[in-house]
Amino acid sequence: MSEPEVAIRLRGLTKTFGKVIANDHIDLDVRAGEILALLGENGSGKTTLMNMLSGIYQPDEGSIEIKGSPVRIRSPHDAISLGIGMIHQHFKLVDLFTARENIRLGQHGRPAHSPDDICAQLGMHVALDKKVYAMSVSEKQSVEILKVLSRGAEILILDEPTAVLTPQEIDNLFDILRAMKSEGRAIVIITHKLEEVMSISDRVAVLHKGKNVGVIDTGDADRFVLTEMMVGRQVDLDIKRAPARAGDVILDVHRLGIQDADGHHELQDISFQLHSGEILGVAGVAGSGQRALCEAIAGLQPITGGSILLDGTRIDGLTPREIIRRGVSMAFIPEDRLGMGLVGGMNIPDNLLLKTYRDQPGLWMNRSAARQEARELVERLEISTPGLNTPVQKLSGGNVQKVLLGREINLSPRVLITAYPVRGLDIGASMRIYDMLNEQKQKGVGVLFIGEDLDVLLKLCDRIAVLSSGRLTAIVDSRFATKALLGMKMAGLTTDKEDAYA
Amino acid sequence: MPKSAPFSRLHIVQRGDLSGAKTSLYRLLAVVGALTTGGLFLLALGFNPLSVYWTMLSGSLGSSGMQKETIKLMIPLCLTTLGVVLAFKMKFWNIGAEGQICAGAIAASYFAYFHNDLPSPLLLTLMAAASILAGGLWGLIPALFKTRYGTNETLFTLMLNYIVLHFITYLREGPWRNPEGGFAAMPRFTKQARLPELPIPGIGNVHIGWVVMLATVVFLFIYLRYTKHGYELTVVGENERTARYAGMPVKKIILRTMMMSAGLCGLVGMLQVSGPDRQLTDAVANGRGFTAVSIAWLARLSPFGVMVVSFLFSVMQKGCSMMQTEYRIPSSMSDILQGIILFFVLGSEFFIRYRIALQKEAKA
Repeated sequence: MSEPEVAIRLRGLTKTFGKVIANDHIDLDVRAGEILALLGENGSGKTTLMNMLSGIYQPDEGSIEIKGSPVRIRSPHDAISLGIGMIHQHFKLVDLFTARENIRLGQHGRPAHSPDDICAQLGMHVALDKKVYAMSVSEKQSVEILKVLSRGAEILILDEPTAVLTPQEIDNLFDILRAMKSEGRAIVIITHKLEEVMSISDRVAVLHKGKNVGVIDTGDADRFVLTEMMVGRQVDLDIKRAPARAGDVILDVHRLGIQDADGHHELQDISFQLHSGEILGVAGVAGSGQRALCEAIAGLQPITGGSILLDGTRIDGLTPREIIRRGVSMAFIPEDRLGMGLVGGMNIPDNLLLKTYRDQPGLWMNRSAARQEARELVERLEISTPGLNTPVQKLSGGNVQKVLLGREINLSPRVLITAYPVRGLDIGASMRIYDMLNEQKQKGVGVLFIGEDLDVLLKLCDRIAVLSSGRLTAIVDSRFATKALLGMKMAGLTTDKEDAYA
Repeated sequence: MPKSAPFSRLHIVQRGDLSGAKTSLYRLLAVVGALTTGGLFLLALGFNPLSVYWTMLSGSLGSSGMQKETIKLMIPLCLTTLGVVLAFKMKFWNIGAEGQICAGAIAASYFAYFHNDLPSPLLLTLMAAASILAGGLWGLIPALFKTRYGTNETLFTLMLNYIVLHFITYLREGPWRNPEGGFAAMPRFTKQARLPELPIPGIGNVHIGWVVMLATVVFLFIYLRYTKHGYELTVVGENERTARYAGMPVKKIILRTMMMSAGLCGLVGMLQVSGPDRQLTDAVANGRGFTAVSIAWLARLSPFGVMVVSFLFSVMQKGCSMMQTEYRIPSSMSDILQGIILFFVLGSEFFIRYRIALQKEAKA
């Protein structure tokens, strides 16, 4: 076998942001005709590395060679002319244009490669004359891929492309990637999901704390080896489902509906019951109504139909403060982590006071009890912080989430709503969070767990409710459910004969 | 592809946290840099920068009379900035202090012109209360629209400035015009409507605005740091979603804080007309509402910082007017000097956060 052609050669690539070394002298080769998985925990430097290839960041140090010649990529435009195409997590499409118009946008004259030809070659089914606003997430992703291919991209970088897809859509994407690979393109897929690495990639490069800790052939890897490389130590990957007997119904959501100002249904006809001492999971692709559901229960979003009952009493229409007082706690971790629940610029004690300061008498803030509580929380949950006065935005993601969840648990809630509590956490920190949820369950709290990772939902939760475009498509016992089943319900399918892309 | 010309290798890099001492050093360097640049300007105009700077310093602090004048400049500047700080802490961009000062001044002047038969303490109390209320209500309008319809407060507060400013002109030309004067002006206040004076140790008598100023600095410091209100408005400023999530009455907090911010600016209007001006003029705010925005940032929204920075600004303003009379340097020169100083000090913030670096080549 001849030596494979190297599409990208990185040597000593370094990028710092202030004190943080995002990439530390990274050497990496990507070959033409291979799919390389770039694996690493959040914050390990994957996206930074790829942003330097696509011209968004400039390296502080190091060299980049594309097909053997040294280059300096100073803008996304440079990257495109070098044949590098990046598919970002958030799509950059004009909603009112058709796929074809979006592809042509910004290109002078006729595109180098017509989208029809590319579709035919790769076996993609994209309705090129459909407007983007009418497209599903996976269709939009296909348009993004066509966009970079039509500009002659020979090197494709996909940043966490599967986060917004159902399992069936992921399979479809992987077929496209394999077809592109067989045409000799180099493909880099950024991910932190081990299963995907195993199923799609030829080789895996693992980043840990900004360093390339090794590149191995996927055939020689298994989940345990990769985890150890990724985390830097051995980790028990088993999530335990704490034994507990579900008690009475605490929270009863009955035919809940939410319409926004334009009459668009954010949630429609949602009914479920949450028992004390159980963890009820909520699965669904991002944007299926998870946020609206959380906000409705917490009283932050007015509902337009149905009712929400806590211990048999209606709580819809009450103020958020009254709902908190009755024992409903919500910890929602949005994409930017701090968005809701914590105040980044404030220290831990001040953040702990957010929900309770008004119970203090008088005009003054009394912080001494909160400082004591913060000290205990830091010790009990092993929160690493330089001190109690450090603003929480300076803490790492895992520690921020521990503060948030710790505060909610300290309120001794009856119902704990937690959305994406492990978002962006490393495996060790995630396990700690799962333990905390299990402890609450055993204490008799009803836990509503809105999650992303189906494997986690299946292992941790007692039952799983599936949301699809604002509707509840199933509630299943997780002991008997499978990922395939959940995936179909997430796509809103009733039988497995229907085609998700029809 | 771009060749690796040396210039193309320059780029901007974020710094780690600088130590406090280093940060202060950078700011100090910025001031030195500004004075040097300003000095070059003066040199180009044919003056000796050192003696001009000395005149500025001695002209603002050299005698108790000059110190008094500087303090009189400082009182409205400091109080207006404190008002602005209150709104800025909540990330409500109140750049309508100018108009709120005018509104307060008009309300206070109404009592001064039409109820000057009242005993002085009562009249002054009424004037103060009216100015706080008028300024507060004038600031409440943009806040109401913001909470109700999500309008942009920056434009809204800015535009309200011009309405009330020109309303003063209208009063001067028409209803409140002094019938005895030859040209359009409003009458001077009678004795009852003038602020009493209190001695500042070592300087002498200044109208009691200075007491109000000191009290407000201390009050605001405590209010922001130790009260529930202060906590609430900081949370709203940092993250409105979180505030709502924690069950805070966000709209009420915005309205209340803006009322206080604008009310304080309104009080400045009363202190000006009843203190140094002794009549209502359209120069009652005189740009202080905008200078306050700069001071608020330079003081990093800290009440004691505001006191220090507004003192320095007053020294500069007083010094510049001295420079004008002594050297016949055009008044625009003082604006240029102020601009240079602001430019350098605010510019230094960039270098506190970032540095310019040269990209290194990897060793092959």
